[in-house]
Amino acid sequence: MRIGSAKQSYAADAALFDSRPQQAWALLGLLALAAFPFFAGEYWLYLACLVSINVASAMGLNILTGYTGLVSLGQAAFMGLGAYTAAILQLRYGTPLLLNLFCGGLVATAAGVLVGLPSLRVKGLYLAIATIAAGVLAHFLFSHLPALTGGPSGLSVPPARLFGIELDTSARLYWVIVPITLLLLLGAANLFRTRIGRAFIAIRDRDISAEVLGIPLLRYKLLSFAISSFYAGIAGGLFAYFFRAVTPESFPLLMSIFFLAAVIVGGMGTVLGSVLGAVFMTLVPELLKLVVSALPLGGNATLVLSPVRTIVFGALIIVFLIFEPLGLAEMWRRTRRAFHLWPFRT
Amino acid sequence: MDGWLLFEIVLAGVGTGGLYALTGLAFVLIYKATRVVNIAIGEMLMIGAYVFFAFAAGMGLPIWLAIPAALAVSAAFGALVERTVIRPMLGESPISSFMVTVGLGSVLVGLVELVWTADQQRLPEFLPTKHIAIGEALVSPKIFHGFWIAVLLIVTVLLIFRFWRGGVALRATASDQAAAYSVGIDVPRVFSLSWMAAAAIAGVAGIVVGSIGGISSAMGVFGLSVLVVVIFGGLDSVLGALVGGIFVGIVESLTGFYAGTEYKLLATFILLVLILMVRPYGLFGTHEIERL
Repeated sequence: MRIGSAKQSYAADAALFDSRPQQAWALLGLLALAAFPFFAGEYWLYLACLVSINVASAMGLNILTGYTGLVSLGQAAFMGLGAYTAAILQLRYGTPLLLNLFCGGLVATAAGVLVGLPSLRVKGLYLAIATIAAGVLAHFLFSHLPALTGGPSGLSVPPARLFGIELDTSARLYWVIVPITLLLLLGAANLFRTRIGRAFIAIRDRDISAEVLGIPLLRYKLLSFAISSFYAGIAGGLFAYFFRAVTPESFPLLMSIFFLAAVIVGGMGTVLGSVLGAVFMTLVPELLKLVVSALPLGGNATLVLSPVRTIVFGALIIVFLIFEPLGLAEMWRRTRRAFHLWPFRT
Repeated sequence: MDGWLLFEIVLAGVGTGGLYALTGLAFVLIYKATRVVNIAIGEMLMIGAYVFFAFAAGMGLPIWLAIPAALAVSAAFGALVERTVIRPMLGESPISSFMVTVGLGSVLVGLVELVWTADQQRLPEFLPTKHIAIGEALVSPKIFHGFWIAVLLIVTVLLIFRFWRGGVALRATASDQAAAYSVGIDVPRVFSLSWMAAAAIAGVAGIVVGSIGGISSAMGVFGLSVLVVVIFGGLDSVLGALVGGIFVGIVESLTGFYAGTEYKLLATFILLVLILMVRPYGLFGTHEIERL
């Protein structure tokens, strides 16, 4: 049982890591992340990068959907915008990596604000459907502006360079992708200790009450869209450098559903949830791959894999919504509490 | 002559619009009774078509037997969905139940791909193949027959709503759940009923859509247009679904002819954005007033 974590100052209470063990764990986690590339093989590094990109995007969606309560099915479209922007800048002008990522984020932000504009008039489900429209429009743009986007065949991106090092393997990209994701996560965690983040939460809980309390709805909703799609844009840029190819088909509606699923499964309205959800949802297909290849299916294994994955995605959304609406983060919290209270039970 | 061409295109649009209206009706049925925005409506339509395919092509049943069998399976499936995944979400926020249907759609697509693969299949021909001429305008036979099937079914459903006890119970539930309970209507059964009816209607639409354009696991895209239709008409308005369906059908047909097929979905969604900007509750939808 953990005792004696009484806070003596307001600052201590509002701290990001509010207890010694937590700080220790965070430090340990950072060290583990830093040590990971030296021990892991190529496959695991590939997965780590992929997970990391998905975490960044899921975090963005969680800011919008989990914290502000605006359901979006357009996350993939924003990622696509970020990816295309980064790819085009890299191909045409060879501008530096970080600038490209940032520009990708900005373009996605602009699109996000545009898509968010109807959010003052329409809410909830109407908004979700409007964001599907954003996805359709983005896909159309990607495939019908061949001069800029290479049309249906897309663009292939040369490897990024940073400080003269060519980032052509997962092991090297790891050092770009993971720190950026960590920064984004830190930003999100801090966002909800500020006035803006609190305003988002107030809007989620009851938007009319929030407005009565003096929160300008349109401005904050747009801000939420902007931040969320900025995250998506950065993640998209990383996606472009990671897969080294962007096509209109890289960002289907299913991908938006994937991120929504990650946020739901992980836990809406928690930073930890975005991480857990994205990690879980990215690793489940890999696990399925193992399971399916272990089944006696012969040559059908690859044929079966993709539908099974689709089914499992859907089933996870349904199961979590029905049985654990607060997601993995809540399970994690319960486990932690059980340890803290150990000899006793809640 | 140009006038006839335009007329022909509009007719083709009205034809597809009839199917949109039919599927939109299924959507509105679910929404009115259970307040669930069912984004998986396109996938339910696909299930109907595939079950029919299994009966007619897989098991070799004659068409007149395969259609009712497919509809019965669809309805049973609707009841199953309602009972297992929608019922537990009662009382949750509408967004949660919406996302359950997102998951449902994904599961259905996966199931279809698992059983029948993602390849396009052809349904057995059962509609007459003679071209229909109205004046100088030629209408594709499949679209023509699809249209009158849709109209017939819509009229039947509307009559059922109007006069059958179950239909009245459904309308009562839609207008006030608590009041419906207190006059002795078995509301959970009405929920089941509405999902069964909607699944069966979507099944019919699926069979017709499938026989026009073939079936594939991407058929659910039809559902996206239907979403636009119901938002255009208003989520809870039957009339809106009908008008919206026809209108969206015509818009798609015109853009398809004048701009190209790939612009169809674009036009539909631009229409959606416009309607959301101007009249978010649709043409005939109820404007909900929020109280604190």
